[in-house]
Amino acid sequence: MKLLDKTLVIAWKDILSEFRTREIISSVLVFAGLVLVIFNFAFSGSRQEMLALAPGILWVTFAFAGVLSLNRSFIQEREENCLEGLMVCPISREAIYLGKMLSSLFFMVIIEAAVLLVFGLLFNVNVITLPMVMLTLLATIGFAAIGTLFSALAVNTRAREMVLPILFFPIVSPVIIAAVNASELMLNGAVWSEMASWIGIIAAFDVIFLTASYLIFGFIVEE
Amino acid sequence: MAAADKPTIEVKGLSKSFGNNLALGGIDLKVATGKTLAVFGPNGAGKTTLIKILASIMKPTAGEVYMNGLSLKDDAEAIRSRIGIVSHQTFLYGNLTAYENLHFYSRMYDVPDYKQRIKQVASMVGMQSRLYDRIGTLSRGMQQRFAIARALLHKPDIVLLDEPETGLDQRAIAMLWDLLEEDGNAKRSVIFTSHSLERGLNACDDLIILNKGKIACCRSGDALDIAGLQKLYMDSTKSIDETAG
Amino acid sequence: MLSMLLISFYRRIKKYFLIIFGTLLMLAHLYMVFIFVPTDAETGIIQRIFYIHVPLAWIAFFAFFITLIGSIMFLWKRDFKWDRLASASAEIGFLFITLMLISGCIWAKPVWGVWWVWTARLTMSLVLWFIYAAYFIIRAYISEPGQRARFAAVVGIIGFLNIPLVFAAVELWTTQHPGMIIFEGGLTTEMKLTLIVGLVAYTVLYALLLKDRFVLKNFKNELNQMKNLVTGG
Repeated sequence: MKLLDKTLVIAWKDILSEFRTREIISSVLVFAGLVLVIFNFAFSGSRQEMLALAPGILWVTFAFAGVLSLNRSFIQEREENCLEGLMVCPISREAIYLGKMLSSLFFMVIIEAAVLLVFGLLFNVNVITLPMVMLTLLATIGFAAIGTLFSALAVNTRAREMVLPILFFPIVSPVIIAAVNASELMLNGAVWSEMASWIGIIAAFDVIFLTASYLIFGFIVEE
Repeated sequence: MAAADKPTIEVKGLSKSFGNNLALGGIDLKVATGKTLAVFGPNGAGKTTLIKILASIMKPTAGEVYMNGLSLKDDAEAIRSRIGIVSHQTFLYGNLTAYENLHFYSRMYDVPDYKQRIKQVASMVGMQSRLYDRIGTLSRGMQQRFAIARALLHKPDIVLLDEPETGLDQRAIAMLWDLLEEDGNAKRSVIFTSHSLERGLNACDDLIILNKGKIACCRSGDALDIAGLQKLYMDSTKSIDETAG
Repeated sequence: MLSMLLISFYRRIKKYFLIIFGTLLMLAHLYMVFIFVPTDAETGIIQRIFYIHVPLAWIAFFAFFITLIGSIMFLWKRDFKWDRLASASAEIGFLFITLMLISGCIWAKPVWGVWWVWTARLTMSLVLWFIYAAYFIIRAYISEPGQRARFAAVVGIIGFLNIPLVFAAVELWTTQHPGMIIFEGGLTTEMKLTLIVGLVAYTVLYALLLKDRFVLKNFKNELNQMKNLVTGG
């Protein structure tokens, strides 16, 4: 399909460009690691207490790291005004959105995989389970969907590093609430049916905001 | 499709306002197939806005644009595949090599047999030796040459240039104009904006002078010499302060 | 002669009708809140805040709904009056939601001993407060009016779409964590009546404030246009 084809080309271009310098990935990974360590300093307690706090710490780390990597997404397009270069190509604005969204998703997933590993080591919990991975993926789709839209918006404002978090965090709060609660249930060995409603909220978020961002993106980039 | 004398680019009543600021106020122009139009004007006259609207980067507030018989409002994507644009920014990704950039744009524009074509455009701009260098490591002038290569990859019928000499040395500028003339496409229509009256006059078939978003005057390129153009330019672009004396 | 007097009198009344009606309604409401409605057996006098707190919340969300409408219409028609409507409504809504949160705190302290409780309604309102704040921050950080209106419209639309999801998430959260304080006993007729009068009174207040702000913004815009004409744009 034509649309998908060019969308993947854009995503691939982003990934290729990033792997040349590995700027985003390395700085965000270091940041994420720091956040985890600082949480460790901030909260120290028995294993039971740490287990109770673990989901919250994990998802706050994901959210902060996510914002950082999303910030970079459109900054690159700003240099040499490459975004205009994309807009002049025979593709729809929506295809540009999807391409950027896919590459952001890719980066966020890689970072989160690393965070999960480190988290498991630091906090002595096993978080690399299938339900956890699926949950993370589902939530990250939501992050990337709305984050890409807001990143395109933020890059056009004066204080872009501040604007993205201010927009991003209130909007993804349902995802964070749901993900933390679902993770908590998972770590305590609950079954899928108990987590169904939480997963449902995240899935609803993904569908609504993927669609909304897809439709609205054109208004951000085109004057 | 109508006969060959239907203009390739046709603009009717084009207006663009940003809030209360009217950047373009009712522009009408026609560019016939194979002709080159020069757009002169002081800063803020609306030259870049005009190019951006023609390139479909911006939507007009009012008016119609037709290219190759297609309406920009309805068939923007189809039109874009026939337009090449060179701006004062290169649209090239600094981390990728020139080859990778051109490959990317080949995929975007569905360029057939792209490997061959990339080598071809690279040698057209005299940069085939630097094809595998990262764009970020090249000088401004070299980057702009690759930008020109990028614009010509898909053999566009319409080329838009927004002050393309920015950052280019004299040789590169000369090469740019030679290139546009010779790249074997007699049917190519060109619109360019420029601050250089002399070069612009030499390169164009017709010219218009924009001032404050309106066409102050238009002439055929043969009708003037450089002195005449300079006088015309000064007269057409008097600001309010100057006329008040 | 007399008929002309009557007509001008009528016109004047019409102009001030809403203000007069609104004032009367508000006075009636205050009477009902403080005198008419009986004191709640469980929580005491402080419970009367409920009759102000709820209308404030209702108007705050309604105002954001109007911002949504303004945002969508602006993106569709590109007429700046819709942007002015959206931002005027957002300003009032922000005021109301701030008051709502404060009144919520004032209510919570005597009743539950804490300043804040994570109930669904309060939490949702807190998130909405932040979305409103983001709306204004975006507007402050962009100088070009067309871009400002477009971006603000996007925030207005996305923000509103978010509300039901936040509510769902927090509802689920509070029900799954019992021990979280829940309110809501039954409502007697007097309570219902007081509440309804309150809702109408505050809606009229909102309408008046909105009209005011909207007209002011229109004037400012006209002034700017004239300035541009005079200075040659």
